Amino acid sequence: MKVVLPLKVNGDDYEVAVPPHWTLLEALRYELRLTGSKQGCDKGDCGACTVLVDGKPVLACLTLAVAARGKAITTIEGLAHRGKMDPVQDAFDESGALQCGFCQSGMMMSAKALLNERPDPTEEEMRLALSGNLCRCTGYTKIFDAVRRAAQLQAEARRVALGQDEG
Amino acid sequence: MLRLPQFEVAEPASVDEAVQILKAHEGRARPMAGGTDLMPNMKHEIVVPEVVVGLWRIPGLKGVRIEEGAMHIGALTTLDELAQHPDVQAYLPALAEAVGMVAGPQLRRMGTIGGNVCLDTRCVYINQTYFWRQALGFCLKKDGTVCHVVKGGRRCVAAASNDSAPVLTLLDTRLLVQSAAGIREVALADFYVANGAFNQAREPDDLVTEIVVPLPAPGTLMAYTKLRTRAAIDFPELGVAVRALPGPDGLLTELDVCVTALAARPVRLAIEPELYQGRPLDEAVIEAVAQLAYKRCKPQTNIASDPAYRREMVPVFVRRALRRAVARGPVAG
Ligand SMILES: Cc1cc2nc3c(=O)[nH]c(=O)nc-3n(C[C@H](O)[C@H](O)[C@H](O)COP(=O)(O)OP(=O)(O)OC[C@H]3O[C@@H](n4cnc5c(N)ncnc54)[C@H](O)[C@@H]3O)c2cc1C
Ligand code: SF4
Ligand code: FES
Ligand code: FES
Repeated sequence: MKVVLPLKVNGDDYEVAVPPHWTLLEALRYELRLTGSKQGCDKGDCGACTVLVDGKPVLACLTLAVAARGKAITTIEGLAHRGKMDPVQDAFDESGALQCGFCQSGMMMSAKALLNERPDPTEEEMRLALSGNLCRCTGYTKIFDAVRRAAQLQAEARRVALGQDEG
Repeated sequence: MLRLPQFEVAEPASVDEAVQILKAHEGRARPMAGGTDLMPNMKHEIVVPEVVVGLWRIPGLKGVRIEEGAMHIGALTTLDELAQHPDVQAYLPALAEAVGMVAGPQLRRMGTIGGNVCLDTRCVYINQTYFWRQALGFCLKKDGTVCHVVKGGRRCVAAASNDSAPVLTLLDTRLLVQSAAGIREVALADFYVANGAFNQAREPDDLVTEIVVPLPAPGTLMAYTKLRTRAAIDFPELGVAVRALPGPDGLLTELDVCVTALAARPVRLAIEPELYQGRPLDEAVIEAVAQLAYKRCKPQTNIASDPAYRREMVPVFVRRALRRAVARGPVAG
């Protein structure tokens, strides 16, 4: 029997009917058609399915959909705001931080979670925050470049916003 | 894609309700905290419950408090919360260190300390898909009659692989366990048993609600070190916890080592007092303890890492742990 589940995804309220043994990743991909979160290993190793649940980066492949009832979920599809890319997305784009791209959504969600908690992370904090996301292509160098760049872009955006407030 | 087998989910709002549901299903129900161990095991059909009893709606099982000389840790406290907690870092630095070394950042935010204490044992022949296990031939731990590690073995030797256990063992930890029959306290030393098929003295309707860790004596030196290939993914290939207590004169009165990932339960190495008593924790004592550990530890092929290499790493990691304990200095007290 399916359970009807209220889910708040990227700010929108949904009701999804899923079997109780479905993961959050399956509910997102196969019910809500949000296929940006990737189904890689499907057992906790790779981080490609990383989404934010109440602001924290978690693995959607190891989360039961029912356990996410009532929580605020952010997926890669929710990073852009009104058609404007998030600084993290712009930074990954500018830095060419990808080859095949499979790890990207998870990488960006982990990067976003980091920058929400620590807008100006140390090198070590950055490496640690991304350590649960595997990339089989890039060798990580450009990904780290992208996160540093994202921190800059975000700081600039904040300065601009503050300036506008004052003006 | 790795689909879960079918099951129903119960979401009790209290421990009482949870243990009643577990009891009613007599071994066909499983509690789930963070699910980071249970979910892969269900996907691999190593554990196939009819009912998953989610603990996430139960209030009051989260957080840390110090009371009567002990740290009381709610079972649903996440590993990340524990690793970051200032009191844990001050009084139980080796525990903060150990849980901070579990898996990666996402998993530490999902996984709980109760789930870590109750982690299933691991073996390279069991943590595989059903298809894989069927192809090789099932083993004693699930669905089969033979052991692929110990030929002719009658008892599963899958490895205890939880990073918290060796540290908690050295601290004489107790568990508060609630079942349909009531609440009891279990010493961690009695909780783990030498059986890889299931290494815990835990009934199907038992829930660990609290982990009670007596605060170590002021002056105690402690550390945890872990051998692993990839930090964010790999369970310990070897875990070493150490505890040393020097007297006011700086000379050792106690020294204790616990290793994990070598056997079905964490193993406390009984270090003979002659080796350290009345001596400072210097390089000579560290070397003697490292050599003794080397003699006593015999890694097996249950983990996907060369046993001979792991054995050579035993003294290396004992030295590292003892040196780190000295370098960090005594716990708060
Ligand atoms: C890729 C990967 C890497 C990992 N690496 C490590 C590692 O390096 N070190 C390590 O220690 N762990 C590791 N883990 C395992 C796991 O993430 C942690 O051990 C975590 O703490 C488990 O907690 P949980 O709440 O998610 O447990 P769950 O999966 O919810 O539960 C684990 C087991 O305990 C039972 N259980 C849970 N809570 C209770 C309770 N309160 N009372 C009674 N029974 C209970 C469940 O029925 C289940 O059998 C890893 C996992 C993955 C997927
Ligand atoms: S130790 Fe033997 S019985 Fe136990 S899981 Fe491994 S192969 Fe199976
Ligand atoms: S798909 Fe979730 S961690 Fe790999
Ligand atoms: S770009 Fe291919 S996995 Fe990262």
